[in-house]
Amino acid sequence: MLLDLAPAPMTYSAMPSPPNPRRQARFVKARQAPVTQDQDWAAHMIAVRDKQDKAAFAALFQHFAPRIKGFLMKSGTDAALAEECAQDVMATLWNKAQLYDPARASVATWVFTIARNRRIDIARRAKRPEPELLDWAQDDAPDQADIYEAAQETKRLTAALADLPEKQRALIQRAFYGDLSHSEIAAETGLPLGTIKSRIRLALDRLRQKMT
Amino acid sequence: MTIRHHLSDPLLIAYAAGTLPEAFSLVVATHVSMCDDCRARLGAFEAVGGAVVESSSVALSAGCLEAVLARLGTPEPVSPAKPKGQLPTPLQDYIGGDLAAVKWRRLGMGVRQAILPTSKGAIARLLYIPAGQAVPDHGHRGTELTLVLQGAFRDETDRFGTGDVEISGQELEHTPVAEAGCDCICLAATDAPLRFNALIPRLLQPLFRI
Repeated sequence: MLLDLAPAPMTYSAMPSPPNPRRQARFVKARQAPVTQDQDWAAHMIAVRDKQDKAAFAALFQHFAPRIKGFLMKSGTDAALAEECAQDVMATLWNKAQLYDPARASVATWVFTIARNRRIDIARRAKRPEPELLDWAQDDAPDQADIYEAAQETKRLTAALADLPEKQRALIQRAFYGDLSHSEIAAETGLPLGTIKSRIRLALDRLRQKMT
Repeated sequence: MTIRHHLSDPLLIAYAAGTLPEAFSLVVATHVSMCDDCRARLGAFEAVGGAVVESSSVALSAGCLEAVLARLGTPEPVSPAKPKGQLPTPLQDYIGGDLAAVKWRRLGMGVRQAILPTSKGAIARLLYIPAGQAVPDHGHRGTELTLVLQGAFRDETDRFGTGDVEISGQELEHTPVAEAGCDCICLAATDAPLRFNALIPRLLQPLFRI
C-alpha cells in the first residue's frame, strides 16, 4: 500500500517480514495521514522498519544520501570519504530502523543525528556520551498529529532557514557543520523553535505519566 | 525535583552539532537525562540540524545506491533499556558503575573528587562536598559547568539543587557551599584550570589537576 505514496517508481520488491501487530497498527495509522512529501519520508522509514522494504529504502537513499554527502563535505570531509560515509549512514538507517519513531523526530532530523555521529567517528577526537534512552515503547500509540507535526517541522525549519539573512544563516550552518565552538555560537538562532519544544515536551510528559 | 538552572542554548546547539569537548558533553548528556525541558530543547536543535542537512545536497557517483543495497543485512533488534540506578546512565558509563563504584580521592576538609576519563580539552570530575562545607573561593579562566547530582549548594549567585547546572564564565568568582542536611555530589567540567584566591589551594592545584 505504501506504493501509493511513493514519489518515485519502486523497482525493488518488499522482503517478507513476520507480522507484528503493534507495528502493523502504527503503520496503518500512519497511512491515513494527509500525504505530503515530508510525511512520505516517515512512511518510507516505517516501511523499512516494519517490512525491511528495499524499495522504500532506495527512495530514502535517493533523497538523503546526496544531502548527507553535502553535509559532510561542508563539515570539511573530502568528497570521496563523504560519499563513503553517506553510504555508511544510510546502511545504519537500515540496521537501526527499529529505533526510528516518526512521532519523535522527522527522518531528516534522525538522518542528521546519524551523520553527526559518523562525523565524530571520523575525527576520532572524542566520544560523545548520549543522554539516557527513554523507553518509548511505554507510549504505545504515538499520536497521529505528532507524526504529522514532526514531519512538517523539518519543512518549516528548512523554509525559515532559507529566509534568514545570509549572515545569520551562515552562522547556524557553520555551527552544525561543526565549525564553531560553543563560545562562538550565538544564543539566538532566529528560527521558530517554540512549537517543536512544546510538542516534544508534551510527548515526554505523556511518557512520564505512563511510566509512573 | 524541580530544575531551575538549565543548559544554555549555545551549549545545547554545540552538543547537538557534536562539537563540545567530551567532558562538557558528559555534563550535557547527564543533565538532559534528568531534565525533560532540556531534552525537548535539544530535540528542537537537532531538528535544525535536520533542516541544515536538507539544504546541503551534492551529487553522488554512479552505483552508489547499488553498493549499499548489496550490503544490507538483517536489521539489529532493539536492546532493552538499562535498569535505572542512582546516577544517570551516561555518567555510569564513565564511572564503570553506579555511585558506589566511584573511586574517590581526598582533597582535604572532607572534600573528595574523582576525575573521569575524557579526552583532552576539558576535564570532568565528580566532587563530594560534605553538608555545610565550602569549596575554596575561586575564579575561572574558561568555562566551568557544575551539575548537582545530590543535595544542593549555594554561592554568591543563587541556590543550585539536584539537577541544576551552574554555568560559570570568566566573570564569576564564587565560593560554593554545600547546604546543611545532605552531602552534595556534583559533576563538574572545566576547559581551563580554576583560579584559586588562597595560597594553599593554589599550591595543591597541579597535584589535584583542578
